Amino acid sequence: MTDMRFLGSLGRKTLVTGHYGSGKTEFSISLAMLRASMQDKKLAIIDLDIINPYFRSRERRKLLEESGVSVYGSAYDEEITAELPAIGAKLRKPLEDSTYQVVIDVGGNDSGALILNQFTKYFDDAETTLLAVVNKYRPDTSSPGGVLKHIASIEAATGLSVSAIVNNSHMLRETTADMVKEGRTLCLEVCCEIGAQLLCSCYPEGIVNPDELSGLSGYLMPLGLYMRPKWLDT
Amino acid sequence: MSERVLMKGNEAFSEAAIRGGCRYYFGYPITPQNEIPEYMSRELPKRGGSFIQAESEICAINMAYGAAAAGGRVFITSSSPGIALMQEGLSFLASAEVPTVVLTVSRCGPGIGGIQPGQADYFQATRGGGNGDYKIPVFAPSGIQEGADLVYEAMELSDKWRNPFFIFTDGILGQMMEPVALPEPHPDVKPEDIRSLKPWALTGYGEDDKKRNTIISLRMQPDVLERHVHKLFEKYEKAEKELVRVESHGLEDAEVVIVAYGIVARIAKEAIDILAEQGVQAGLLRPISLWPFPYGEFKKITDKTKVVISAELSMGQLIQDVKLGVDGRFPVKLINRTGGMILSSVEIAERTKKILEEVGG
Repeated sequence: MTDMRFLGSLGRKTLVTGHYGSGKTEFSISLAMLRASMQDKKLAIIDLDIINPYFRSRERRKLLEESGVSVYGSAYDEEITAELPAIGAKLRKPLEDSTYQVVIDVGGNDSGALILNQFTKYFDDAETTLLAVVNKYRPDTSSPGGVLKHIASIEAATGLSVSAIVNNSHMLRETTADMVKEGRTLCLEVCCEIGAQLLCSCYPEGIVNPDELSGLSGYLMPLGLYMRPKWLDT
Repeated sequence: MSERVLMKGNEAFSEAAIRGGCRYYFGYPITPQNEIPEYMSRELPKRGGSFIQAESEICAINMAYGAAAAGGRVFITSSSPGIALMQEGLSFLASAEVPTVVLTVSRCGPGIGGIQPGQADYFQATRGGGNGDYKIPVFAPSGIQEGADLVYEAMELSDKWRNPFFIFTDGILGQMMEPVALPEPHPDVKPEDIRSLKPWALTGYGEDDKKRNTIISLRMQPDVLERHVHKLFEKYEKAEKELVRVESHGLEDAEVVIVAYGIVARIAKEAIDILAEQGVQAGLLRPISLWPFPYGEFKKITDKTKVVISAELSMGQLIQDVKLGVDGRFPVKLINRTGGMILSSVEIAERTKKILEEVGG
């Protein structure tokens, strides 16, 4: 059984930000499902992605709800393909109700994170953890400078500070253990620079064997590729 | 080739265009291709190029006409209704023999339709909505690597053939991510070299040259216009021989052959695996060039085949070319979804088996 104690360091409200393509949505879904399976608290996921027209987490509503996670998406959350996603008032419920643990899947880049400003009052407290998901194999975040620039733009857009980094360095089904390790080195450099902790390193379940990562210090988290249909990799 | 990186289709197509020598991009926002103008607005100025957000797609295609007529390498993109607006300009470019690479990230229609993927612009791409007798080569990738490679190659081919080239992708290819290795950047072309590289381009008066070029698509005298159209068609006839691209698997032993292009070909490949597990031998014929269409490849289908299926995200557009390719040798049936609904591999496999039963397979 993978050691999941890092989940304890997360606040009641976990904001998941990152470059688009970093794997925020896959991470958010896995995180919500993991937390739901490991504790009695009510779990909610809020999809604040107003940037991507496709591959948003509310498309996986059924899977999440079956795992005990309530899904709060846009005002038109039954209309997964709406071109103008709007944010509905009801998603404030799990933010206001302290009996919920909440994972908030924020849209990509600083433009996606901008939406957090209207919810500032909910996030300006010790119960909030702001995560930045990093994928070394995305061209803009392949170097410490690139990641730092990216984090700075998200912090400038939201007025919040990143408190932990998630190493999600991957190439989808071509991910190797070495990629996870190299990504971790990059993330540690960034953590030193901004004084954040490295929350965990993720690996795609069924693609990378966790035994190959056993020498790696720090926490590991398996990710399911929930958003990706199999035929995309045929 | 560069090291492999993880890119969204729209980003990879943009970067491939820049590496293929594109220095001019004119665009207008429309989902699901918006990452392309975003990428070009950020990257082109750094690489010595120009990005202009046009007032509309009609402006974008006419800006492309101007910049390409002056010898620049131009890339423009849009999605279905936006490409519809560009049709008049595409006819002008084809008539004036001005190279430009046009990419669509196709969505579902008709009308404004929706933002989900579709292939109902097959006729738009292969038959064109512009006026007059003209043709535009169309390549349809089924993955991001292939898409990036085709965009890069089309930048060169478009110049060589002095014709617009069209790349047909869809919302899935534009929005999804895949590992991709990008081609090496094309060497920079200096403005002073355009006169020798493109002697037809509008480069103004030279120091020792008093004759200036003109680029027109207006020819008022019928005999002059007829000669011009015949000249264009000599080129198209050559293109029909030289630009055909196709991938096929297992045509020789297939009971059923599935014809599919773009993203549907990938879904069909998984469907063919499912069918094989159930004892049905299915072959795949994937047109990569939609015009010129690989009619010749259909000759490889043998008498073992009972039926040929066109699998597409439209109400029966590809099937028209499939019927021309089959030429009456086999029954031709349709497996399709539309409106932004996507065929699944299981659905293709099940419907294929049902069709085989119907034709007595």
